[in-house]
Amino acid sequence: MELLAQFLGIEGARMIVGLIAVIALVSVNALFLIWMERKVAAHMQLRPGPMEVGPHGAIQTVADALKLMGKELITPDEVDKPIFWLAPIVVFLPVLLSFLVVPFSQSWIIRDMNVGIVLILAFSTLSVLAILMAGWASNNKYAVLGAIRSVAQNIAYEIPLLITVMSIILMVGSFKLSDIVAAQSQYWYVLLQPLAFIIYITCATAETNRAPFDLPEAESELVAGFHTEYSGMRFALFFLAEYTNMFIASAIATVLFLGGWHGPFLPGVIWFLLKVYALIFLMMWFRWTFPRVRFDQLITFAWKILIPLAFANLLITALVLKLR
Amino acid sequence: MIEFSLEEKTYTLNLGPQHPSTHGVLRVLLEMEGEFITKAEPVIGYGHRGHEHMAENRNYLQFLPNMGRVDYLHALAFNQGYCMAVEKLIGLVVPERGEFIRVITAELNRISSHLVWVGAYLLDLGAFTPILYCFDDRENLLDLLDRITGSRLTYCFFRPGGVPQDLDDEFITGTRAFIKRLRTRFKDYDNLVTKNVIFINRTKNVGVITKDQCVKYGLTGPMVRGSGIAYDIRKSEPYSAYPQFDFVIPIGDKGDILDRYVVRVREMEQSLRIIEQALDQLPNGPIMAEKVPKRLKPAAGEVYQAVETARGEFGCYIVSQGDIKPYRIKLRVPSFGNLSILPELAVDTLVADLVAILGSIDVVVPEIDR
Amino acid sequence: MINYFKEIAVGFYSLLAGMAVTIRYFVKPIVTVQYPRQQLTMSPRYRGHIELLIDPETGTHRCIACEMCARICPSQLIQVEGVKLEPKKKVPLKYVIEYYYCSLCGLCLESCPTNALQWSKEYLLANFHREDSVYDILVRLQEQQRAAGLPVTPIPEPPTEEQLAEMAAKEAQLAEAKAKAAAKKAAAAEAPAAEAPAAEAPAAEAPAAEAKPAEAPAAEAKPAEAPAEEVKE
Repeated sequence: MELLAQFLGIEGARMIVGLIAVIALVSVNALFLIWMERKVAAHMQLRPGPMEVGPHGAIQTVADALKLMGKELITPDEVDKPIFWLAPIVVFLPVLLSFLVVPFSQSWIIRDMNVGIVLILAFSTLSVLAILMAGWASNNKYAVLGAIRSVAQNIAYEIPLLITVMSIILMVGSFKLSDIVAAQSQYWYVLLQPLAFIIYITCATAETNRAPFDLPEAESELVAGFHTEYSGMRFALFFLAEYTNMFIASAIATVLFLGGWHGPFLPGVIWFLLKVYALIFLMMWFRWTFPRVRFDQLITFAWKILIPLAFANLLITALVLKLR
Repeated sequence: MIEFSLEEKTYTLNLGPQHPSTHGVLRVLLEMEGEFITKAEPVIGYGHRGHEHMAENRNYLQFLPNMGRVDYLHALAFNQGYCMAVEKLIGLVVPERGEFIRVITAELNRISSHLVWVGAYLLDLGAFTPILYCFDDRENLLDLLDRITGSRLTYCFFRPGGVPQDLDDEFITGTRAFIKRLRTRFKDYDNLVTKNVIFINRTKNVGVITKDQCVKYGLTGPMVRGSGIAYDIRKSEPYSAYPQFDFVIPIGDKGDILDRYVVRVREMEQSLRIIEQALDQLPNGPIMAEKVPKRLKPAAGEVYQAVETARGEFGCYIVSQGDIKPYRIKLRVPSFGNLSILPELAVDTLVADLVAILGSIDVVVPEIDR
Repeated sequence: MINYFKEIAVGFYSLLAGMAVTIRYFVKPIVTVQYPRQQLTMSPRYRGHIELLIDPETGTHRCIACEMCARICPSQLIQVEGVKLEPKKKVPLKYVIEYYYCSLCGLCLESCPTNALQWSKEYLLANFHREDSVYDILVRLQEQQRAAGLPVTPIPEPPTEEQLAEMAAKEAQLAEAKAKAAAKKAAAAEAPAAEAPAAEAPAAEAPAAEAKPAEAPAAEAKPAEAPAEEVKE
């Protein structure tokens, strides 16, 4: 640490250590989330889920990850090879970078940028590109359909998402994530902005391609959607990205609406993680309850319901702030 | 790269024979324009086993186990249809208790078939959880049927002349408990599925079948009842002990998927009513006709017997030439007729709708392929 | 406008109702069985493969090797070979089922004249090789008898040609004796009416009656007992 600090200065050392911690967090988080999803699904469906590997199947996902690593990386003949190989990396890197600005607690921020929220939103949009690359390069009709759906869906849901975020930023007056959390030391914004919270959660579910908006990989229609042709670790990277995306989306929701690290008794980081996992549980709960929406209904829902409501919410917020 | 040439705006997509939502080995050849379907053509025959030909090489009793394999979900109705046709041919009269046992077990089997459909259909629509609840209920039901018939899926229980084994008290109390349990579960299904806004949006006004189309394509079962035609063999050509029970035929009005879904759920309720009445009125007496010959050797002739399965009209047509083996058996299966409307319904819909429509037909592919 | 908001509200409520169902089931106890650790007992009529019923009176099977089951079986998967070691009593020396063809219809049980068969409660019937699914249920019966502490029913050896010849001779004798008895009966019945047939009958029987003391002791004394001893060992 000190050596690193000498070379790179305090800020640089912080970055390096932070990145290593982030990579560890991402892997552990994905392993945990996959296990959690299995358990949540299982118990909602009156069954125990994985029970064999480790206590209550706790290291089942580790075994699965090892299996996926040992698998052959199949590259079908007719694929567009460079893009096909690049897609899993492109899908994974942005979500990794998003961790740079997530404020786990007052001091646990790798880099507290003054445009933090904008950075995260910008990076999260990049995953669409990766899905499009994967789908197009796979040279598979199901994959292309999945990719096309993904693009339309992500663009449609980006708009209400940004608008709801805007209404929070209007209230705080800063793009800095730590400022947004600090502003909620008295009461959480979910109480002031319940509609924005609901819209945000809906959009976040759609952005992360989770059921009921899992159209890019709707398995009863498109077999496996954009990752039909992927196998082994490349497939695992898509999986990892999906669960990390969920974490990021929930982390932003925690920052924006649930008061971040604020909470009594426990240390801030614990509170933060608790809130994040509660939100992830909510998203899993959606997945194991609802049927999938149809594609045109999905777009209709975004443009006819979410965007007007989000705009109305923004206007009302602005009016109230102006009048106060 | 996939070539989307500008001149030809369509491309071909193979849905199946190995695809998560074709329920077996059905293949649908789709011609698509973007995500819209311009032409759909079901390709069948991947599971052909030649049941009808097998019938010509074995005697009347030996063909019994085949009936459970034609439609594995409602095997007992197929058992019943075949046995009744043979009885008609020979002139056997099944004693009343035998008929009651047939009705009780066949109706339980109908419920189990519909439960599988509800679960699998919701899986097609992307809801993962209902199938587990349905299978939980079905598992209770299969335990009951297992007690009586000895099998859980491909039943071979009815015999020409009656049923070989009687009901026991534990089955009767178990069935009553099951009826109670399923009635409370219907509320959960309603909240989880039937009232769900996403489900309603996916199914309402999708795959609408008019009454004319029903007649034109020879549809039967919930497909035709969903369109508002109250056609049910149990009422229109009453057989077995059905005339003695009070039940109604649920019908829809619009003929869309939602109507078909509601019809099937209501049918489960009606089946529960029939079973309840049958258990209350269960007569004593023999379960097998007296004087069933060891070797069934009917006189020359031909018969047709239709029964109502979970999917529609199953007809068994037997031609006998006075031999111990049938000369020809023709099985009229409901799924084949029902599937034939798919090309017309699929035009100008999305892939997601096609999956929804295909699921709502409730095809059992081995039944089509035979 | 009101409709628009009403629809949203109703839709939102329906989603919440659905979520209420799943969360209620989330806290309910699980209903599945952890299969290799827990196993279910099968219902009394459960159909595993067929096996021979142990008669509680005799402690052995009732099979008379009539092959009715083999004949009725739709898949022709039952092979029964029987042998007559004593007149009028056929015993199976081989009862093989090729289980992988079985469709569990139960026709063999119903066709059995002595009700010698029953369903086993086995359900761990998956095997890696086709040959492993071929069962000789006579051997299985012996295992069951050993487990139950009953005397084990021996499986007879396939008969030699001599034995077969002897059995044929014995059969012939029996048939003749039967014929004789029938004839006598007939004679007795007809005697008062006419004497001529009665006089003829004893003449026809004479050679058979003479042959009997010559063959019968030899046939019964040695070979008939020999296989029985072998089996006992």
